[in-house]
Amino acid sequence: MMKVIGKSHQKLDGKERVSGKAVYGHDIELPNMLHGSILRTKYPCAEIISIDTSKALSLDGVECIITANDVDVNNIGYKKDHPILKKGTVNCNRDEIAAVAARTKEIADKAIQLIEVEYKIKEGVYDPFEALKETTPRINEFGKGAEQFGNKNMAESFHYEHGNLEEQKAKSKVIIKKRYELPRVTHACIATSNITAEFNNFDGRLTLWSSTQVPFLYQRDIAHALKMEPSKIRVIQPIIGGGFGSKLDMHPFEPICALLAIKSGKPVQILYSREEEFIASPTRQPMVIELTTGCDENGKFTFREVEIIKDNGAYTSWGATTPFVMMQSYSSLYQVPACKFDSHAVYTNNPFAGSFRGYGNPQATFSIESNIDLMAEELGMSQAEIRLINANYKGEITGQGLHFKTCGAIPALKTVIEKSNYDKIMATPNTGRYRRGVGLGSMLHVGGGAKIYRSDGCGTTLKIDDYGYLTIVTGSNEIGQGSETVLAMIAMEELGIPKEKIKVINTDTDVKPWDVGVHASRTSFVAGNSLLGAIKLIKEKLSKKAIELLDVVTDDWEYANGMMRFNEFEIKLDKVVREMHFASPHELCMVNYFYEPPSKFQDKDFKGDVSGNYAFASQAIEVEVDTVTGNVRVLNVHVSQDVGRVLNPVGLQGQMEGGLATGIGYALTEEMIYEKGVLKNPSFHGYKMLTSTDMPDVHFYPIETYDEAGPYGSKGAGEAPLIPTAAAIANAVSNALGVRFYSLPITAEKVLRALASPTPPKEGLLREAKPVTKHQ
Amino acid sequence: MILTFKINGEWVTQEIKPSLLLIDLIRDVLQLKGTKPGCLEGECGACSVIVNGDAINSCMYLAINVDGKEVTTIEGLENNENPLHQVQEKMLEHGAVQCGFCSPGMVMTTKAYSDKCIAEGITPTREEVKKSLEGNLCRCTGYAKIIDAAEAVYK
Repeated sequence: MMKVIGKSHQKLDGKERVSGKAVYGHDIELPNMLHGSILRTKYPCAEIISIDTSKALSLDGVECIITANDVDVNNIGYKKDHPILKKGTVNCNRDEIAAVAARTKEIADKAIQLIEVEYKIKEGVYDPFEALKETTPRINEFGKGAEQFGNKNMAESFHYEHGNLEEQKAKSKVIIKKRYELPRVTHACIATSNITAEFNNFDGRLTLWSSTQVPFLYQRDIAHALKMEPSKIRVIQPIIGGGFGSKLDMHPFEPICALLAIKSGKPVQILYSREEEFIASPTRQPMVIELTTGCDENGKFTFREVEIIKDNGAYTSWGATTPFVMMQSYSSLYQVPACKFDSHAVYTNNPFAGSFRGYGNPQATFSIESNIDLMAEELGMSQAEIRLINANYKGEITGQGLHFKTCGAIPALKTVIEKSNYDKIMATPNTGRYRRGVGLGSMLHVGGGAKIYRSDGCGTTLKIDDYGYLTIVTGSNEIGQGSETVLAMIAMEELGIPKEKIKVINTDTDVKPWDVGVHASRTSFVAGNSLLGAIKLIKEKLSKKAIELLDVVTDDWEYANGMMRFNEFEIKLDKVVREMHFASPHELCMVNYFYEPPSKFQDKDFKGDVSGNYAFASQAIEVEVDTVTGNVRVLNVHVSQDVGRVLNPVGLQGQMEGGLATGIGYALTEEMIYEKGVLKNPSFHGYKMLTSTDMPDVHFYPIETYDEAGPYGSKGAGEAPLIPTAAAIANAVSNALGVRFYSLPITAEKVLRALASPTPPKEGLLREAKPVTKHQ
Repeated sequence: MILTFKINGEWVTQEIKPSLLLIDLIRDVLQLKGTKPGCLEGECGACSVIVNGDAINSCMYLAINVDGKEVTTIEGLENNENPLHQVQEKMLEHGAVQCGFCSPGMVMTTKAYSDKCIAEGITPTREEVKKSLEGNLCRCTGYAKIIDAAEAVYK
């Protein structure tokens, strides 16, 4: 019986955050600190003829200015195709040309205006299909597309297949081929990007107060960029005001800030304005997906064949690797006997995409789940039924080699079908101005980390001090998602130490052990397992000393209320620690542990069991469409997710609701509007995020499958809630109107245009679908 | 010019430039960093503070406009008996805080609204509570827990 796990616990440092006392990057002020500002290109595609900084340098208060000519640095990015400061050419509207450090932010911004740049404007390439043409010039001079992929503008390419595609096509009764277009959206963290850098020129050490999600990879990347030794770089993470994947890559402004600090000899801080945040921070990958899928006369899936063209933008980030995740959904979301997957990321003069919660999976799932509805419609089968007969199951080893040792796919589907009154809504006649619809969407995502880097591990150091307080030093990171709280809960559960006596230290690379970073919904899983490993070691130490002190033989101690107990024997934990310290063996009560998940690298064909376990979820979303205004209103969201085991219910619910809000925005309102490489809506006024009044009622039904790989049976949960949301909403709108949307967001304008099209939808088109049969 | 106003219960006199924004007076001059700069264009509400009982965006408000008025920032909610205001307690209880950057603004907006409702003896509906928070953006929570917390203030 668990005392702590499974019960709601408040956020560990929630009081600091809710009282304004938490220190974010924006709140840091160091003595003699300068403020940095970056000059970005005026045109998305141009040659730089000359840069004149003389007027800016003579402005009172300006301490230093850097351009590409002043620095000796390496390119950055996943493909090392991205110069920190640009010279010769600029390739997208984010491009950094010069940076200023000045006594105040106002002076730095003014100095930027005084830098004179002469450009020769070039015609840019903003369409990836155009970029692939033979006659189109090369966009990124460092790109290796010609050598690696046979096209100069190809940045990255993935191919995957399993099964016999032709055989499965021949078996198919229904084949659906559709083209889907996904927009560019952005993280829109409420805290804008920020960094503070300080260089110690006595020992050549650089300290960065950075919001990175991956401090140890970041340390390595900054070191490579600046030609420094990684260990001379100390990364301190202040409280981070939102991540969602945006801080997985190191971005040019970060080494630029370091360079300004090195050159000026003073600390320098760069804070983005909201406009700069929209223009210069990463986006989700926009892409065009052409998906062909088939099923036999019983509705059993036969094959999936997909070709994806991703708009990489001008440079290559981690975002180019999203096909790792996408191919998992194409190959393994539902049972798929044969699959062929091709994805190409293509350079354009658009801004480059990065990673974003879900990592390609919302795009893939949108196409898969839309095609499923179309196949059901063609067969005259219920959209619920077709999903249930194809759903993943426990024990399945998919064509890609993913092994589902536990699997909540069918229970999740059944739950949302039942709870949403799916059959009843589908059977209700639907006429008049307001049309209601319900749509289904499911998803598969990694739940136990993802072995894409050489290690997917996490280190933990534990210390119990002479007074019985526990310090957990973890390699993992807190970006607001609540991992610190879960770690403290695990320690409370195992060691019986109250929350008030637990400290979590996780913000300093000079102190904390290695961890790959916060991504892939991995933190509670990997850091939790790492902590459990460390607790096992510290219990061995405590047990050995307690046995000696109490003169008993046991390894079956109960840890509760700061005590260790066995039958009638009991002793205070802090007393054991003091005896260990001040008497024999004169040791501190400290341990180190490193956890590496049991997952495997995929082979060169991308096959293998890449995660410690897998998360499954289904959503049934009910919408109401106003056929006069075109507005889509989300009424109810029913979400059921295989989380393995619920650790902190209130934290988990928060992940669900937050993910859903981002997913609903992706489905209905959010889009970065670019015209020839220039962003037209760089503000919260023009970029429509959901507000409190847009949020529907969320009904969450966790499925507990107790997967042995996870801490207490749990699985990663953070990304999943937004992955099937757009798919389910698109299906719901389609069911409401009888007209389908193949691109996101489904804006009022698109709805009205579709309703006014020459072939208006038939009322209640899909309402003849058969009800779901009962499954055991 | 000289500005005299009450901040978090204390009268202060400060020389300022007429163009100074209230958020800069609060964060840079008075060094009260709990008020957060989210957009500086009046859209996100992270910089909400209370002026004479009304929650306002301090990024869209000239400092000179607080002359003779009473300003409360997030720091002003703390006192010796109660380090947290009831609104903050409710937000923690309901799990309404994730990254927390929007939280001080959410607290100040909710406090101003609930003070008015309580003074007028009104218990707002859930829809009215939602509406009261419409000017505050949050990217982490999906608002549901923040709305729950704001509703719980009346229970």
